[in-house]
Amino acid sequence: MTVGMLAMAGGVSLAHALLLAGALFSIGIAGFLSRRNLIVMFLCTELMFQAVIIVMAAFGHWYWDFSGQVFIIFILTIAAAEAALALALVVLLHRRRATLDASAWRELRE
Amino acid sequence: MMQSIFAIQKSGIGVPAVPMEEVVIAADLSWAGLILLLPLISLVLCGVCAAMRVKSKAPAMITAAALAGSFVTSVALYLNYVPPGDVIPLLDWMNLSWGESRFDAFSANFALYIDSLSLLWIMFVTGLGTLITIYASEYMEPDLGKGYARFFAGVSVFLFAMGCLVLSDNLLMLYLGWEGVGFASYWLIGYYYQRPSAVAAAKKAFIVNRIGDLGLALAVYLIWVTFGTVQYDELMSVLQANDWRPEFEGWSVTAIPFLLMLAAFGKSAQLPLYVWLPDAMEGPTPVSALIHAATMVTAGIYLVARTYPLFLMEPVSLQVVAWVGGLTALLAATIGMAQFDIKRIMAYSTVSQLGYMFLGLGVLTTYGAAYHVFTHAFFKAVLFLTCGAIMHGFAGQLDLRKLSGLRHMKGWRITAWTMLIGCLCLAGFPFTSGYFSKDAILAEAFVTQGPGFEILGWIAIVTAGLTAYYTFRVWFRVCAGPVAFEPGDELHDGDAHHGEFHPHAPRFAINGVLLVIAIGALLAAVPYFLDNQADEHLAGGWIADMVHDSTAREGLPAGHGDVDGAHHATILGMDPHAAMYYISGVVGLIGLSFAAWLHLWRRSDADALSRWMRQRIWIGWLPRAMERKWYVDEIYHGVVRAPLWILGHMCHAFDRFIIDGLLVDGTARLPRTLARWLQPLQSGVVQSIALAMAGGVAIILLAMALFMQFDWPGGAH
Repeated sequence: MTVGMLAMAGGVSLAHALLLAGALFSIGIAGFLSRRNLIVMFLCTELMFQAVIIVMAAFGHWYWDFSGQVFIIFILTIAAAEAALALALVVLLHRRRATLDASAWRELRE
Repeated sequence: MMQSIFAIQKSGIGVPAVPMEEVVIAADLSWAGLILLLPLISLVLCGVCAAMRVKSKAPAMITAAALAGSFVTSVALYLNYVPPGDVIPLLDWMNLSWGESRFDAFSANFALYIDSLSLLWIMFVTGLGTLITIYASEYMEPDLGKGYARFFAGVSVFLFAMGCLVLSDNLLMLYLGWEGVGFASYWLIGYYYQRPSAVAAAKKAFIVNRIGDLGLALAVYLIWVTFGTVQYDELMSVLQANDWRPEFEGWSVTAIPFLLMLAAFGKSAQLPLYVWLPDAMEGPTPVSALIHAATMVTAGIYLVARTYPLFLMEPVSLQVVAWVGGLTALLAATIGMAQFDIKRIMAYSTVSQLGYMFLGLGVLTTYGAAYHVFTHAFFKAVLFLTCGAIMHGFAGQLDLRKLSGLRHMKGWRITAWTMLIGCLCLAGFPFTSGYFSKDAILAEAFVTQGPGFEILGWIAIVTAGLTAYYTFRVWFRVCAGPVAFEPGDELHDGDAHHGEFHPHAPRFAINGVLLVIAIGALLAAVPYFLDNQADEHLAGGWIADMVHDSTAREGLPAGHGDVDGAHHATILGMDPHAAMYYISGVVGLIGLSFAAWLHLWRRSDADALSRWMRQRIWIGWLPRAMERKWYVDEIYHGVVRAPLWILGHMCHAFDRFIIDGLLVDGTARLPRTLARWLQPLQSGVVQSIALAMAGGVAIILLAMALFMQFDWPGGAH
């Protein structure tokens, strides 16, 4: 981290934003690796998603370039659709095995 | 230069510079094609007989009739023959041209080259073919309805191919015939295909001949490349235009005669390729008589005689021919002395006599070689056919220790006496045909200048003595002495009555043919005394006439072979030709008396002598080595067969383990093996996959941060 990255208008620097994103991503990956509940794992991936979005927004602001924010709009739209699909899958899987445990589907490895 | 060559080519095949108007072209001679056509027709008819399972002697009748037709046609052709001969075109085969020069064209047609040499050959080939077919009609009786038609179909194929070989007007058609007779020989040696030894012998003959055939193929190719033609008449014109000297300097002029020699030595069973002929005796005896004694094996002599000018261009080649011939004659004679199978003795004797013929060619007496071919064809056919008659009658017995006194047995007198005639001719007994033909070769060995030709002459004389010995060893053992016999192991129905074996004596067909050929063998001496028309200065009568007008005489040194020519050499103060009459006669009689002593009067002495020799260390190896054929087969096995066998198996192993195992199967097995290694990674536990992924990304990121230069945002500010 350089001094320039900390010196930003409004007291919120790039460094702050990146730290936040890093923290979010770490929480997400930690949760994903430690939990077996499908819904929680899915939520963790959403957390990692948000971390990436924050990085984009922060860099867009840093470079004074709007393409970062435009990307965020697109990504959020697609993420919404994907979230609907993923939750639908979770519902289907739950109906089959009456459990949300990811290890119940280990035979899918082959 | 080129124009002059073409001008000469146009003057027909009259090679000895015959002007156009002197060549008397006889009327349309295309009927001569019957010589080739009739055996082909008989082949087809024999095939039909085989398909219809004919149980009569029809195939033999058809073949005999067809071959007799061929023979009559040949004789008619001879009667219509006008020196220096003619080319009779039959069918177009290959006529290619891609330029102006004669090197830019290739022409080989089915055409008959009629000159004295080819006429001589085709007459005795078809004549003996006819007689031996009649003989075989009785000999092959036990196979009636089984292999009978197949046998005569093979004979027809042989006669067709031999006709192509002898009558062709170009080297390509000769090659066709050459391969054809090789195939027919394979067909007929392996006639008893249920017998493993016959199959092995057939394969051996075919494979050994292949080596020679390679030489012929290369020679034909080189002749075309060097001289621009494979047709005899054009070839001779080209050579004549250049005064019988090499037109083009270079290695090919040297290579051509040696390659032709290789071919001739393969087909005519000379060192080092003779080993197939003794084994070829596994075939039915008429085949041995026709193909492996009288006709096919003389094809090598014919080839050399036909391309003689090419040999004369490279004098070393003829010296090699002479030496190989002389040494083969001696070697085969020594082996023949120690064998017990009479057919095998005759086979080695054939190898030995063929050696004489090559010796004759090598010492520049094509007449002597051709005459010996002619006489040998008759007397060796008689000898083989009598062996066949004995084999037929005694259930396959060929061991001379188990047969005796044939001439006293009822029904066997003709066999015994015709065999005697054959033996006398082969032994060179004075005033028989073999005596005159062998002398012509022996004398010339002393006349012609060459490296060690005098030694070669004495080797040939010693061989003549050995020949007389082993020939009469057979006759005295088998035909003379007290009557005694044991049957062989090929008993047919009706051979044994009440548990006792009765030999069945030959009947009309075999006896008649034996008599005719035996008389022919005696009469073969007559041509020696007939006047020749072509050249009064030439010794040797009618046969010299037959050789004189052919390519076999072209390019010979002037005056060679003339009676009053430049004969400076003498033996014992006499002219070699005159001296040889006495020397070879005496040597032959010495051999004969030894045979008479050891195998007629005092047979016990032979056993005593054999025992005495075998017990002495200093000489004991000799009879053993001779009986084991000088271990030549064993040496070939060690030097050629075993290394090739090992090489073959190494190649097989390479193919099986490297090509098939490693490359083909290995490639297929690779993904499966890899998958088996990597499969445990697919645990199905989402967390572990994610951990691996996150870890991987972390490592990559760390590496990037450590080793790559980044322009960190704001770093520059």
